[in-house]
Amino acid sequence: MFFQLAWRNLWRNTKRTLILVTAIVIGVWSMVLLGALMRGISDQMVRNGIANLTGHIQIHRQGYRNDPVVENSILHPGKLEQALAETLPKEAHWTERARVYAVASNARHSGGITLVGIDPAREAKTSFIGSAVTEGDYLQPGNDNSIIIGYALAKKFKTETGKKLVLMALDSNGDNASRAFRITGLFRAELEATEKQFVFVNLESARNMLGLNEGISEISILLPEDSDSQAVARAIKKRLPADEPLEVTSWLDLLPFVTAVMKLYDGFIFIWFLIIFIAMGFGIVNTILMAVFERVREFGLLKALGMKPVWIVRQVLTESFLLLVVGQILGSLLGLASVALLARHGIDLSALAEGLEYVGMSRMIFPVILVKDFVMANLTVFVLGILVSLYPAVKAARFTPVEALART
Amino acid sequence: MNIVECRGLKKIYRQGRMDVPALDGVDLDIVRGDFLALAGPSGSGKTTLLNLMGGLDHASAGDVILDGQNLDALNQSELAELRLRRVGFVFQAYNLIPVLTALENVEFILLLQGLPAGERREKARAILDDVGLEGLYGRRPAELSGGQQQRVAVARAIVSEPAIVLADEPTANLDSQTGQGLLELMLEMNEKKGVTFIFSTHDRMVMDYAKRLVLLRDGKIAEDRKKAE
Repeated sequence: MFFQLAWRNLWRNTKRTLILVTAIVIGVWSMVLLGALMRGISDQMVRNGIANLTGHIQIHRQGYRNDPVVENSILHPGKLEQALAETLPKEAHWTERARVYAVASNARHSGGITLVGIDPAREAKTSFIGSAVTEGDYLQPGNDNSIIIGYALAKKFKTETGKKLVLMALDSNGDNASRAFRITGLFRAELEATEKQFVFVNLESARNMLGLNEGISEISILLPEDSDSQAVARAIKKRLPADEPLEVTSWLDLLPFVTAVMKLYDGFIFIWFLIIFIAMGFGIVNTILMAVFERVREFGLLKALGMKPVWIVRQVLTESFLLLVVGQILGSLLGLASVALLARHGIDLSALAEGLEYVGMSRMIFPVILVKDFVMANLTVFVLGILVSLYPAVKAARFTPVEALART
Repeated sequence: MNIVECRGLKKIYRQGRMDVPALDGVDLDIVRGDFLALAGPSGSGKTTLLNLMGGLDHASAGDVILDGQNLDALNQSELAELRLRRVGFVFQAYNLIPVLTALENVEFILLLQGLPAGERREKARAILDDVGLEGLYGRRPAELSGGQQQRVAVARAIVSEPAIVLADEPTANLDSQTGQGLLELMLEMNEKKGVTFIFSTHDRMVMDYAKRLVLLRDGKIAEDRKKAE
C-alpha cells in the first residue's frame, strides 16, 4: 500500500507532476542522445584512424616513428612471425608494409605523397584499402608496375587509370630512387586527405625501388573488436627477438590527437551530465518540497497515528523514486528511439566537411550507444535524484504532530 | 483499573520571550471503559492535556502513565510505536488520508502494525460495517459526507483495539444531527466493546453524552464529576 499511496500522492497535483516528469524525460533523453552522438563521433574518429593504415598495433624499428626513413627499417621481419603467432588472438590480422615519403609526378603536376608497399592479400584484411578500389583493379601479387591512387589525387594530378605516375624517394643508400608505375586502380576513402596522401604498390616493387631486400617499415595489426590493444602490445613486446631494436605501439599512442579528443569528449559528456543534473536536481527538490509543505497536516496525522519518522522519509523517497522511474523510462525510450533513428540515417555534416577532415571525422555522424553510458546516465539521475529528495523527506519527518496538526 | 494516570502534569509553551503555562499541575485518573469529556473555555488546556495523554507531546513536568507505561521515559520512536498500538485518534478535521479509500484508511493502521493483507482487509471491513458504512469501502474521503468521514475516523481509531481513543472536538464541523449520530456510535463502541473514549470539547451535546465530565480552567482541573447512572 506504500507504493499505492506514493503513486496516488504524485497525481494529487497532476500538472506539477507532469511538468517534473517532463523535465526528467528531457534530461535523460538529452543525456542518452548527446552521449551517443559524442560516442559516435569519437568512435568514428578511432575507426577512421585505425582503418586508415594505423591498425590497432604497429611494430617499428626504434627511431622510425621519429624519422620514417628507409634506414630505420625492420631488417628481418621473418623473425617476428613466431612472436605474432604466439600472442595474437585467432581472429586478428596483420600485414607488412614498406612506407616512405616520396614525390609523385606526371606531366601535369608533382607533389609529396606517402608511398606504401603492401602485401595485397594481407593488407585487404587489415586496412581499408582492400575494399576501397572503386575504379580499375586492386593490386595483385606480381603486378610489379601497378599503382593504385586516391580519387582526389587523380583529380589533383588530372590523371586516370591506365596513365603513368613517376615516384621518387630516397633509397637505402641515401640516393634518389625513381620509378614509373601505371595507375591500375583508383580508391575512395572516408577522408579526402587519405586519398591525396597515400599511393599503394606491391611490397616487392617498393623493396626493389628502395633497395630494402627483405626489410620493411612496419607491421600493422588489426585486432578483433573490443580487444585490449595495450595488453596485446605488451605481450608482443615480451616475445620480440632481441637482435633488432624494435618497438610495439598501440593506436592510443599512434593516434594521440584522437586519444586526446576522446578524453575531451569524455569530459564534455561528464560536464553535460552534471549541468543537466543540477538543473533537474533543483526542479526535483523544489517540487518535492512544495508537495511536502502542502501536506504538513497530513504528515502530522501520519505521525499521530504512529508512523515513525523513518517511514515518513521512506514514503517521500518512494514518491521521488516513482517520479524518477517514470521519467527515466520515458526519457530512456525516447533516447533509444532517437539513437535508433539517427543510427539508420546518420547526421549529415557535409557543410562542415573541410573542418571535420582536419580532425579525422567523416561527414556522416552515426550515434553509438554504449551500455555503460546508458547505465551511467540513468544511474546518475536516479542516485542523485534520490539524494536530493532526502532534504524534503527529512523535513517531512521532522514535523511534530502537535505543530503540524495545528496548521490550517 | 486506571488506563491513564496523570500526576502533577505541567506544560509550558514558549512564545517568543514569554513562557505560557497551558497546564499547571493536573492530577487525573481515567478508568478503563470511561466515556469522559474534558471541557472548558478556550485556552483552558483541554487539547494540551489530550496531546500529553496521547503521547503527541512531552510534559514540562509531571508524569503521564498510559496503560502502565510512563510516557516521559519514551523517545520519539517509542512514542510513535505506543500511539500506533495503544492510542486511537479522532480529530476535528482532516482525519483521513485523501488519496486512500475508506477501507484503505482503516487498513492503514493495521498495515503500520504489520498485519498481513488478508487479515487487514477483513478487520477493516468488519469495523466499517460496525460503524454503519457497509458498502462504502471504496469511497475516497472527498466522496463521503462529514459525518461519514468521522465514522471512518472512528473506525480507524478503534480497529486495532487501542487502550484509549482521544477525540479532539470530533463534532465541531458537523451539524447537530450528524454530531449526535457520531456520539451515539462512539457510545455504542464504548458500551459494546469497552473502548475508553476521552473527548476534548466545547460542545454541550458531547458534555451531555459523557459519563464523566472534567472541567478545566486556566490549566487546572476545576471540577471532575461523574454522571449518575
